Amino acid sequence: MKLKLNLFLALPALFLLFNLQANAFSTASQDSTVDNCIACHQDNDNMPDNYNPEDIHYKVGLSCFNCHGGNPKTEDEDAAMDPDKGFLGAPSKEEIPAFCGRCHSDFAFMQQYRSEVETDQESQYYTSQHGTLLKKGDTKVAVCSNCHTAHSIFSPNDPRSSVYPANLPETCNACHGDAEYMKDYSIPTNQYKLYKTSVHGIDLYEKHDMSAPVCNDCHGNHGARPPELNSIPRICGSCHVKNLNYFSSSPMGKEMEEEEIHTCETCHGYHDIQKASDDFIGTGEKSFCIECHDEGDEGYITAAFIKSRIDTLKLKYSTASDDMNNVIIKGMDDIDISFKLKEARQKLIETRTAIHSFDTSQVNTIASQGIKLSNEAIGMAQKEMDEYYNRRTGFIYSSIALLILGLALYLKIRTKNGKDKKA
Amino acid sequence: MGNNGRRKFITALLSIGGLGTFISAFYPVVKYMTPVKSGKPSVSSLKLGKLSDFAKNAWEIVRFGRKPLIIINDENGKLHALSAECTHLDCIVQYSKEEKMIICACHNGHYDLNGKNISGPPPRPLKQYKVNIQNGEIIITKKEDG
Amino acid sequence: MKTLEDSKIFSWLHSRYDLSGILHLLYHKKVPVHKHTIWYYMGGVTLFLFLIQLLTGILLLMYYQPGENSSYESVRFIVNKVNFGWLIRNLHSWSANLMIFFAFVHMFSVFFTRAYEKPRELTWVTGVLLLVLAMVFGFSGYLLPWNELSFFATKVGTDIAGAVPVIGEGIRTVLRGGEDVTGATLSRFFGFHVAILPALFTIVLVVHLFLVQKVGMSEPDFFKKLPDEKKKFISFFPDFAIRDALLWLIVLYLLIFLALFFQWDLGIKADALSPAPTGIKPEWYFMFMFQSLKMLPPHLGFIEGEVFGVLFFGAAALAWMLIPFVKFNSKKYTKERIMLVLGTLVVLFIVSMTIIGYLL
Repeated sequence: MKLKLNLFLALPALFLLFNLQANAFSTASQDSTVDNCIACHQDNDNMPDNYNPEDIHYKVGLSCFNCHGGNPKTEDEDAAMDPDKGFLGAPSKEEIPAFCGRCHSDFAFMQQYRSEVETDQESQYYTSQHGTLLKKGDTKVAVCSNCHTAHSIFSPNDPRSSVYPANLPETCNACHGDAEYMKDYSIPTNQYKLYKTSVHGIDLYEKHDMSAPVCNDCHGNHGARPPELNSIPRICGSCHVKNLNYFSSSPMGKEMEEEEIHTCETCHGYHDIQKASDDFIGTGEKSFCIECHDEGDEGYITAAFIKSRIDTLKLKYSTASDDMNNVIIKGMDDIDISFKLKEARQKLIETRTAIHSFDTSQVNTIASQGIKLSNEAIGMAQKEMDEYYNRRTGFIYSSIALLILGLALYLKIRTKNGKDKKA
Repeated sequence: MGNNGRRKFITALLSIGGLGTFISAFYPVVKYMTPVKSGKPSVSSLKLGKLSDFAKNAWEIVRFGRKPLIIINDENGKLHALSAECTHLDCIVQYSKEEKMIICACHNGHYDLNGKNISGPPPRPLKQYKVNIQNGEIIITKKEDG
Repeated sequence: MKTLEDSKIFSWLHSRYDLSGILHLLYHKKVPVHKHTIWYYMGGVTLFLFLIQLLTGILLLMYYQPGENSSYESVRFIVNKVNFGWLIRNLHSWSANLMIFFAFVHMFSVFFTRAYEKPRELTWVTGVLLLVLAMVFGFSGYLLPWNELSFFATKVGTDIAGAVPVIGEGIRTVLRGGEDVTGATLSRFFGFHVAILPALFTIVLVVHLFLVQKVGMSEPDFFKKLPDEKKKFISFFPDFAIRDALLWLIVLYLLIFLALFFQWDLGIKADALSPAPTGIKPEWYFMFMFQSLKMLPPHLGFIEGEVFGVLFFGAAALAWMLIPFVKFNSKKYTKERIMLVLGTLVVLFIVSMTIIGYLL
């Protein structure tokens, strides 16, 4: 009996709850319920500047009052935006992380929208440079809305989003590239300019490779900050795995980390990372090795040796490709050579990676394989060219036959002529 | 040599030379028309031999015209045929039996068995090829959608 | 000596089909013997080279696959996989070039001996037509290996055709099978090269040869003036034919030699997106036209330089073909003089423009 009563009470309550919920989330749909926030603000022409009806929140049925509070059902302005009844209005900058965090830090709430969802953005944010400064009262720093916008928010996978990989560098650059705005902070403002010229920037902007790293891939997004010195190799290594493996198992890598010397960055730079050149290594003018190593020391010798091996391999490889091109132009068979060259090229790439071991024997092993493959390719090309020039068997036989026939015809003409003369 | 003998000589010369010339023209033509063993100028499918000859959890690199393909027989006996050229820098990929993934030795790029790039520098998935089994024989063809 | 009529096969055929017409064509013709007899052989050599083209062309067809993704590959296959494929292809290329060369020689020898005059006007007209067809043959065949050079040469060539006023755009679109040189152009050129052109060429060639046999060899002026007893002749068959055979044999040998020791490159596969390689040159027999068009100023009065050039060459070719019908009413100069000067100018123009084209 008790159970029955409970159920009796619970049902209308549940119904009521459901109804409320439905109301709260269905305001954006063409329901009979009018959203007076939008109606009124549109009439008075004071909608937020960047309001976009395609905004992800609006699209899933969340409207103004879900963030800003207030009552959209009443047409009475004062009643609708009564602070006593929960109207929040526009949050101040310091309030924004918590303002968004009301939902975004609430896993149970967020799970209604996506089964897998991260809710640590707010806590990450307060570990970031931006968040730390905000806490200290610096309101120039970026908060959620500076990167995500306030009313034109899209999923990061949506090309319209300000944090879509192709758009993100510009989003960061809006503040970080503004020298006037950044003048109180002693950091450069040319990162975006440099990034655009980097190998990563070129991949992103010219090759439209959306997997190319943008700002947040190295700095983090919500927890954005400059990478710690000794985390640099691991951050670069999250993509350049092999390079990291070689580097961190090398004595030099360990020493660099221990002595707090910038690692990857020393040779490759950071925002303007260029396509690595073979001249980075060795003892030439552009080499980074000689910045620390002096002539005669072990590192200098190693650098010179590695450079010489890679140069030999490169020379052999380019000779082999020239030879193959010749084979192609002559119309001879290049397929076997091209496969051989592919292997050689692979060894060249592997050698370039193995440089990060700074170990002559490791580099030498791979380079020697590449040199051997290149030599084989050169040999194969030579064979094709030999065949091209040796297609003359049989020519001698046909020459003899043609000569005999020619002679016979000639004699025949001679005989005829003689006869004609006699006649 | 009499006139008669001379004429006979010329006729003989004419016949020999004529025959020789005919043969030296005819021989290349006959040889030319004989089909060559090494197949066709362009490739649209590839026969790989019996499915039963392909060990489980094994892989190999085969040539599909000018392209290298990686053929993997996974541990469940399902065949996968994918372009073997890593989408990062065109190195030839390999199958790692331990990781059950396709890896590239150059920069440690990882792909799953459907060719999807999972980690490392590869920007795009590996192109998949169609695997058909006809009378127990493996035939690889290009997928229609490019 | 045994003659054709004595053979059993011939009498078998003759008794049924009356071959006296053919015999007449063969035997009645006499070839004059004089210091310029050598020029009588040029047409024959051209014919021989055409026959070689026919044979090697048919052989190439056995393996050639037209198509953007197969043309280049199949030619490569012919050249390096098929037995003697390289020989057939090189013979075809060399013979094509020599054929056009000998056609030019033949034409100018006829021009300078004024052999086009009555009754050989139509022989001349068909001859000029054959040369034009041969050049179109060359132009269409050049594209078929689908390599970089031929691709861009075709682009330039069809562009020039597009300069013709009013119908130029149409001609270019029809030639290319679209706006640009693509796989569609390749299919079209293949069609022209192996079906349309051979058919047209064969028809005109048969008429040309028939006329040559029917009317007989032209005698140059100095020969005509000789008293009859001093005129020397040999019979076309078998005396001239046997000399022809010897010369053909020599040409064949030359061809094989060239095909062996001077093979044609296959080049790099055409890629529409790659930038045009520097120094694109048309085949040598188009060079004089190409070079003249290049040297014309961009504007000649109210008309564009290129348009003027194209119209000029069109008109010149037509005039050249109609030369036998031109009458001159000049008292000062004889027609012979005028023609000699004209012919010399044309040869000088062609030769110098070709040389400039290759030197610059």
